[in-house]
Amino acid sequence: MRVGLFVTCLVDLMRPRIGFAALKLLETAGCEVIVPDTQTCCGQPAWNSGDAPGAIALAKKTIAEFEGFEYVVTPSGSCGDHIRTEYPTLLSEEPEWRDRATALASRTYELTDFLVNVLKVDSVPGDHEGSITYHDSCTGLRSMGIKEQPRALLAKMKGVSLKEMNHCEECCGFGGTFSVKFGEVSAAIAERKCDNILASGAQAVVGGDLGCLLNIEGKLRRMGNETTQVLHVAEVLAGRV
Amino acid sequence: MEIKSMHFKANASAKLANVVLQGNLKNAKGKFVTKRAEAIKDLDDFEATRDAAEAIRNKVIDNLDLWLERFEQKAQDTGATVLWAKDGAEVCRLVIEIAKKHGVKKVTKSKSMLSEEAGLNHALEAAGIQPVETDLGEYILQVDNNEPPSHIIAPAVHKSLDEVADLFHKVHGTPRKTEIPALTREAREVLREHFLTAGMGLSGGNFLVAETGSVALVTNEGNGRMVTTMPKVHVVITGIEKVIPTLEDLSTLMRLLPRSATGQSISNYFSILTGVKKPEESDGPEHLYFVLVDSGRADVVGTDFHAMLRCIRCGACMNHCPVYQTIGGHAYGWVYPGPMGSVLTPLYAGMENSIDLPHAATLCNQCGIVCPVKIPLPDLLRKLREKQTERGLRPITERIGLRLWAWVAQQPKLYALGASIGARYLKWLAGDTNRIRLLPTAPEWTLGRDFPAPQGKTFRELYAARRKRTGDKP
Repeated sequence: MRVGLFVTCLVDLMRPRIGFAALKLLETAGCEVIVPDTQTCCGQPAWNSGDAPGAIALAKKTIAEFEGFEYVVTPSGSCGDHIRTEYPTLLSEEPEWRDRATALASRTYELTDFLVNVLKVDSVPGDHEGSITYHDSCTGLRSMGIKEQPRALLAKMKGVSLKEMNHCEECCGFGGTFSVKFGEVSAAIAERKCDNILASGAQAVVGGDLGCLLNIEGKLRRMGNETTQVLHVAEVLAGRV
Repeated sequence: MEIKSMHFKANASAKLANVVLQGNLKNAKGKFVTKRAEAIKDLDDFEATRDAAEAIRNKVIDNLDLWLERFEQKAQDTGATVLWAKDGAEVCRLVIEIAKKHGVKKVTKSKSMLSEEAGLNHALEAAGIQPVETDLGEYILQVDNNEPPSHIIAPAVHKSLDEVADLFHKVHGTPRKTEIPALTREAREVLREHFLTAGMGLSGGNFLVAETGSVALVTNEGNGRMVTTMPKVHVVITGIEKVIPTLEDLSTLMRLLPRSATGQSISNYFSILTGVKKPEESDGPEHLYFVLVDSGRADVVGTDFHAMLRCIRCGACMNHCPVYQTIGGHAYGWVYPGPMGSVLTPLYAGMENSIDLPHAATLCNQCGIVCPVKIPLPDLLRKLREKQTERGLRPITERIGLRLWAWVAQQPKLYALGASIGARYLKWLAGDTNRIRLLPTAPEWTLGRDFPAPQGKTFRELYAARRKRTGDKP
């Protein structure tokens, strides 16, 4: 099974180990994984900022790079949904591109969704130990239906115990450019999220979108918490990369 | 109403710093969200009911002129007068004309957001007519120096019990009371006198039923009944998009409205008012007027924002919005707050007057999920952002920055170089620590939180190095 890995611009810049973790998980499950080296960004920041031409150009670029694969997998519900839901919408006025977008959309998956529902993996290579609480990122949850998949995978890990926080489905306040346009409001929303994380008593907060995780980690540290680990679900599931 | 939405960001900062408000918002949030979640469980098939409600609202707004004509005809048949107002100024002019015609000096009001849009209270006072708000929340705000509402169904939700106790003590000149029933009784005593002496009652309308020419009112305090039945004249002010075809449709929408709004299966009072008082009837108004208001609505028909006209003003979107929950409604700066307000304000009060609002959302889509008529609010907010860019309303630095970034992202080699430099720069900023406390390129981020340090090299660099090591071709 030939899988194209869409690393995401944020993982490329900030946390390469999440990309390697995704790679390991897919390869361990028997996939032939290709990482196209011309990939940059899916264009979501442009789309959400009102720059439709920029978003359309980046959509076409990404489609051309990834449409040759059987599947496209990405360690992000947000970027995955942008390819799956928004590409056909933003290319709706160009029939040829819209059809190519639609064809790609149906083969594009968020990482944990792919592991559970396509590969149907029995085990994961990670050996993480400790209690975790899971933050459901908005777009993955509400647009892609990512809820049980990461929990099902984490449940396969002997050393991991899940301590659900209150309001785990509430937004962390990141919101992409929102976090830098309205920093104070964004940080205040993040504080509520962090209060819930801390109240859960878990040793680590885990999620599937790096944007949210950077927001949460930044807030926890500013609040003076130095001990709660903030991890991407791929890192936990893959173990050492 | 005067628009202050251009000051959103400064307003939001002030609201964040307001300790009392922050406490009040925290209290309100839990109640609305929890009660709605419980209430929708009663419905056998909530999603199917939402689909049905969406279809009813679409049916109307897709042929709005036809349904309005039908409503007008039916309402006239029941003895009502139907008037049309193009904008807020015309609303004020018409209502003052009606009041003068009937020699009215005092008007009791049930809740009407349209009258807020029009700034009606101010206009009435200027014309020598006394408006008295009788919804408890609206009354509290009126006696507090005409403070505007911060929520469309719970106008004084930003106030605490203590604040209301202080306010009543001050304006009523009575001993300070701290129990809610005592405060409510005090307001009732004041309002009772007004109910008995007002010459005209003024209400909004939750729905206009075309089939019967009726207005449906959803209330919880009984003041609506006093306003609409006691005075000789009743004036209904509502937006032209509020019409629905039949009573059957009303029953479908009513399964969703109170549940979505307050988490009630049915509101304490639900009135369907039809026509003027008949000779054999003991109460009701002798004169009934409908003032049906456009104020920008007709211009939305058929545009990218058409779906917004489905809105039934339940407030669920704001109750569930992380931004609204954090700053409250006043920061939004006009009549309608929260996600629906961030769409309506640019449409009705001017895109150039509310530049921040479409961006003041995380696009988490909690609003879209709870909307009883399935308005895709995040999509509409995003579309407004696009319109702002098209019309050159965004700051020049942002436009150039976005363009430049999108261009670079189309040049893989240049992008890779930029990312490598960026990763190293951020790592350098963090120094020996695992965080950046002040991010010069995005100082807003570090106002209230740190920015975690990157690993220092990009994925593509490390991946290329690994492949070189293992001898794989890329």
